[in-house]
Amino acid sequence: MDSVAHHQPRWLRIASTTFVVVWLIIAAFPFLWTVWGSFKVEGDFFSRETWLNAVFGVKTTLQTGSPFTWAGYYGAWVTDGLWRAVGNTIVVTLFVTVISLTFGTLGGYALARSGRRYSFFILIVALIFRAMPHITLVSGYLLPFFQLNVWGVLPTAIIVLVAINQPFTLWMLHSFFLSIPKDLDESALVDGCSRFQAFRLAVIPVMWPGVITTGLFSFLLAYNDFAVTSMLLSEDNQTIVPRIASFLGSIEQTGKVMYAVAAVVSATVPLFILVMFFQRQIVSGLTAGAVKG
Amino acid sequence: MPHRTFLMFILPSLLAMLVFIAAPVVSVAIQSLFVAHDKVMVSVQSCGPFGCTTDVHVDTKATEALQKQQPLGKFNGLGTYTDRNHLAFAEIGAILSDNSGLGDVAVRIYALPFYRALSFTLVYTFVVTPLAMLLGFVIALSVNAVSPWIKGPVIFFSLLPMIITPIIGSLIVYWMIDADAILGSALQDLFHDPNLYLKASPVLTWIVLLCYGVWTNGPFSFVVFYAGLQMVPKDTLESAMIDGANRWERVRFVVMPYLTPLATFVALVQLMDNFRVFEPIVGFNAQANASSLSYSIYSDLNGQFSQLFSSAAATSMLTILGVIILLIPVLMRTWREFNLKAA
Repeated sequence: MDSVAHHQPRWLRIASTTFVVVWLIIAAFPFLWTVWGSFKVEGDFFSRETWLNAVFGVKTTLQTGSPFTWAGYYGAWVTDGLWRAVGNTIVVTLFVTVISLTFGTLGGYALARSGRRYSFFILIVALIFRAMPHITLVSGYLLPFFQLNVWGVLPTAIIVLVAINQPFTLWMLHSFFLSIPKDLDESALVDGCSRFQAFRLAVIPVMWPGVITTGLFSFLLAYNDFAVTSMLLSEDNQTIVPRIASFLGSIEQTGKVMYAVAAVVSATVPLFILVMFFQRQIVSGLTAGAVKG
Repeated sequence: MPHRTFLMFILPSLLAMLVFIAAPVVSVAIQSLFVAHDKVMVSVQSCGPFGCTTDVHVDTKATEALQKQQPLGKFNGLGTYTDRNHLAFAEIGAILSDNSGLGDVAVRIYALPFYRALSFTLVYTFVVTPLAMLLGFVIALSVNAVSPWIKGPVIFFSLLPMIITPIIGSLIVYWMIDADAILGSALQDLFHDPNLYLKASPVLTWIVLLCYGVWTNGPFSFVVFYAGLQMVPKDTLESAMIDGANRWERVRFVVMPYLTPLATFVALVQLMDNFRVFEPIVGFNAQANASSLSYSIYSDLNGQFSQLFSSAAATSMLTILGVIILLIPVLMRTWREFNLKAA
């Protein structure tokens, strides 16, 4: 920080600070506003007169006797049964993350340790698969899944999400395993281990930072997915995101917008917690692919 | 590593990708060549006291039998690709041979569903990607310039728009720009126009969607560029300074060359992600004013009366073609690098 190159004129300091503060507001305000507004009634959150109503909860006080109300949350969780979707989401994200990582560590390790031409081909093909819009694949699943009678159930969505997730997981773990010195498992091989034993005894104990980072992104993919879960799950098996999307059709008529707002805020909470506890891992995951080239 | 061991390790992953990514692409390709069967019609003559009439009915049983016999439908060749809802060769020909100027051509081609989706997809991809990278770069430079204690909170709040579920993020913004909500009414006051309604016109909807795209995509560039900035060597910056480079010249000739490989990586990832833009259109309820390739596949599959599998399949194939065209420069470069390394 004492470097000469870091010395700045006053105006530049002020300009940068202003810009950072403005960006901070643009990035954070929509979330804070919606969290705050989710405890109000619709007349306040969508106030015709003034936005100050949403801040002080004028109509909320008139209607419920207090400036904060849990009505939206009650409606979303109990009346509209969001808790069932939450259960499905936990099952889907848990299984997708665990299976993706299991497949991905095995494959990524093999790709990192084999310098052959076909391993390069697999990586390139994975890159093309990574770019494939998910909905194009979904249009290929529907007819076969109808015929095999596996449409609509959680295991189908889980295995599809695992597969869609593989290209990314392979790339990420491949570059992570490249950073683990080869000598580690090769000395195990010299000591008479088989390749699998070397992997289990020498590599698994040191791979957890990379696996946790990759796991966060696998979780995000499964949690954020809309294309697959909305098209491949029946109504009873829906996860949170397609459940909220299907709210949207009906709320316009029934005046249940606040249910949807509360549901949206509920769905944001896990992501909030994730960023809070794993900020460092997410950042290192984002930059890993880039910085290493 | 021997071939056998390699295969054992990679098999689960490879199998998952072959069955659930490669096979569906083949299935889509085949499906796009077929169309649904015509309904089997039968004429029934019914005679009453006032003479005989002939009615035409759908023979449900025969239709189902036909469906069972050939579940893919009727072979249509490339017919689906060239019909009005996709590449629309006939319509394009008609427009080109008879029109009143370039504007007319553009308007009429935009009215065709596939070109409507394609134009929004391309505009979104090629407007959002550079703007988001620029935004990310400027945030990274600014954060780097101000005191380090602000770094933590900025990264924390910047990650939110990026990792938020696309549908949920767009809903949050959508509710704020409602005419009765805080941003929508603020804009009405700002422009003194009580009828200003961001969801009403195609132009405004496009602008909203593009701004949303920059908002969610910017943070990724910021995080990557910020990490890159920490690795620009201080000595080089200082020697540039001694050589008389001003602040801008140092950014232009020292910092930017260091960040070029990162920028290529960010551009690649964001081009791929933006090309499949889909959820914001659902979240912003914008289908009347904007459509994308992914969205039109979704709406074909989500049809109210019947699912249009062939139409969705044809659009999917055209989308995949687009992805491959987008990736060709990258693939060629990687191939050359690999060969250099091998040599």
